[in-house]
Amino acid sequence: MKDVAVVGFAQAPNVRRTHGTTNGVEMLVPVFREVFDRTGLSKQDIGFWCSGSSDYLAGRAFSFVAAVDAIGAFPPIHESHVEMDAAWALYEAWLKIRTGEVDTALVYGFGKSSAGTLRRVLALQLDPYVTAPLWPDSIGIAGLQARLGLEAGLWSEKDMAEVAARSRADAAGNPYAQVREPVEVAELLDAPVVADPLRAHDIAPVTDGAAVVVLASAERARDLVERPAVITGIEHRVDSPALGSRDLTRSPSTEAAARAAGAGEVTVAELHAPFTHQELILREALGLGAGVRINPSGGPLTGNPMFSAGLARIGEAATRILDGTAERVLAHATSGPALQQNLVAVLERD
Amino acid sequence: MSAAGTEAPETPEAPLSAPLEVGFDYTRSVGPVLGEFVNALRERRILGVRGSDGRVHVPPVEYDPGTARALTEFVAVADEGTVLSWSWNAEPLDGQPVTRPFAWALIRLDGADTALLHAVDAGSPSAMRTGMRVRARWADEPVGHIRDLVSFVPADASPEPEPAPPSPPVAERGEGEPVSTVITPITLRIQHSASPEESRYLRALAEGRLLGQRCPVCGKVYIPPRGACPVDGVPTEEEVDLPDTGIVTTFCIVNVPFLGQRIKPPYVAAYVLLDGADIAFLHLVLGCAAEEVRMGLRVRAVWRPREEWSTTLENITHFEPTGEPDAPYESFAHHL
Repeated sequence: MKDVAVVGFAQAPNVRRTHGTTNGVEMLVPVFREVFDRTGLSKQDIGFWCSGSSDYLAGRAFSFVAAVDAIGAFPPIHESHVEMDAAWALYEAWLKIRTGEVDTALVYGFGKSSAGTLRRVLALQLDPYVTAPLWPDSIGIAGLQARLGLEAGLWSEKDMAEVAARSRADAAGNPYAQVREPVEVAELLDAPVVADPLRAHDIAPVTDGAAVVVLASAERARDLVERPAVITGIEHRVDSPALGSRDLTRSPSTEAAARAAGAGEVTVAELHAPFTHQELILREALGLGAGVRINPSGGPLTGNPMFSAGLARIGEAATRILDGTAERVLAHATSGPALQQNLVAVLERD
Repeated sequence: MSAAGTEAPETPEAPLSAPLEVGFDYTRSVGPVLGEFVNALRERRILGVRGSDGRVHVPPVEYDPGTARALTEFVAVADEGTVLSWSWNAEPLDGQPVTRPFAWALIRLDGADTALLHAVDAGSPSAMRTGMRVRARWADEPVGHIRDLVSFVPADASPEPEPAPPSPPVAERGEGEPVSTVITPITLRIQHSASPEESRYLRALAEGRLLGQRCPVCGKVYIPPRGACPVDGVPTEEEVDLPDTGIVTTFCIVNVPFLGQRIKPPYVAAYVLLDGADIAFLHLVLGCAAEEVRMGLRVRAVWRPREEWSTTLENITHFEPTGEPDAPYESFAHHL
């Protein structure tokens, strides 16, 4: 089985609203160009293309097919799509290279969350018989989860505010981040609750964006970049969709994925936690101690483009290897309500 | 689906956008486990199912979350219970169970071991606490759907409830038969934007012009212009004014009536390739008998009166034959 490495990453600016269409073309054309410039590859060099996006978010059928225009798919290309975060598209692309079917792959995700009401659209990912017909919104569900931990003494409002403050301080150095104003913990705690027990800083912003990651077999990767980020483990696991039957203060699926991926002894971790308390759950599940640098990019609390924020965690973590600032890093992506499904990847210097 | 007319935003060069409401009634078979559950709801009873570990799941699950064993032992539970966690929804959204601010709650019904997610209509967050007792408020006419549980209310208070919403059109059954299908209407409101290229095209239409754009790589002229040439993946840039004449490349004769049809069949829907364009668009060919339409037929646009023009291709009501000789097949074969 071939080893697989990340050789390139690019993203669109994380912004509250773009003027583009919901099929992502306007955001994707420049990021494709950027990643090709960086890797020296062209579209003819890509063996497999895979994307993550959602028609519910786009408000139209087959939006991912319209997005293929951004590729310039002639002669015909080898292409696939997942209706979830593009981190899972990366998993599919990883398999294609792993099995030797292709040597290179380009993975992309996009979403224009501003086109609709995001917290309402996300109700459509819930059980369709007894849950989605109530339209439980994503913020309401996260609030239930946050309160369980608060009242059990597993975390405090201050712990949550500290996650937000650290994220914003780091985002100040990330030109792609959406929320970049540093702020003190005390100031955050003085703010009113907006969805009791959540305050505004506990909730990731609504973001339009797109991201792209290029993968290559480890052999090929050495010709393309100086320090490829080799994926030494990538696994995903899922918890029950029945929200009321699982312990929402833990993430067993993250624990299981991390175990299977051989996580541990990393110096940097990029975590896909759209709510502050979810980062606390993930740190516990992944066994990340105080010495691990969490979300140096600022993370999803400073920009959460739907269907590419998880892929961007892998891209950001890989960038620490590509730029030579880390040797072994972890990336996490989530999908579904209250951390239902989780993917963990470990990347190392070749 | 229904689209409102495109609205011009404040600045003339910003892309055009318009709201679109998409809706669909999802119809789902309930199967043996959820079927028991919804049919009990119709009788104002709540059923759980016993899992492999003895826990009673409410709502019932078809397979045990731990062992994946099919579950079949139903257990009646109360329509009262205890709040395990809650969050306040200060701005209720379309379709949610309560239209005034309310709490989402995980509610463990008496006799159950897992929690049901539902709304608690308590009036104010100060009336909510973990551990509080709540009871179900039932629909006036249960139909066999989760929405038969309108909401929950604090058990120890008698808050002034909102007027009961009408029973949702959410279940189907033959007279005297059990509920076998649940229907859930899903609607989304989306603000759609046209791309910058499409917006220029639509604004030109409002002036009676047909504006295409040329791909800088392959030289093909697209109408409407594209955010990216599908062959080369680059934006189309150079603008090309196209005439309102062209040819029919291919067509079909519509003989079948359908809902919302505006023209009496038979009529012709055709791909029209404007002179100088490299991609055809779909339009109507009228003004001759349907059987006279043919591949290569020369046609010209028939425009609505100028005062009715707006940012839409509907400014052209249809195309009609010009009477010129047909284009030879070889001249358009590569556009088919």
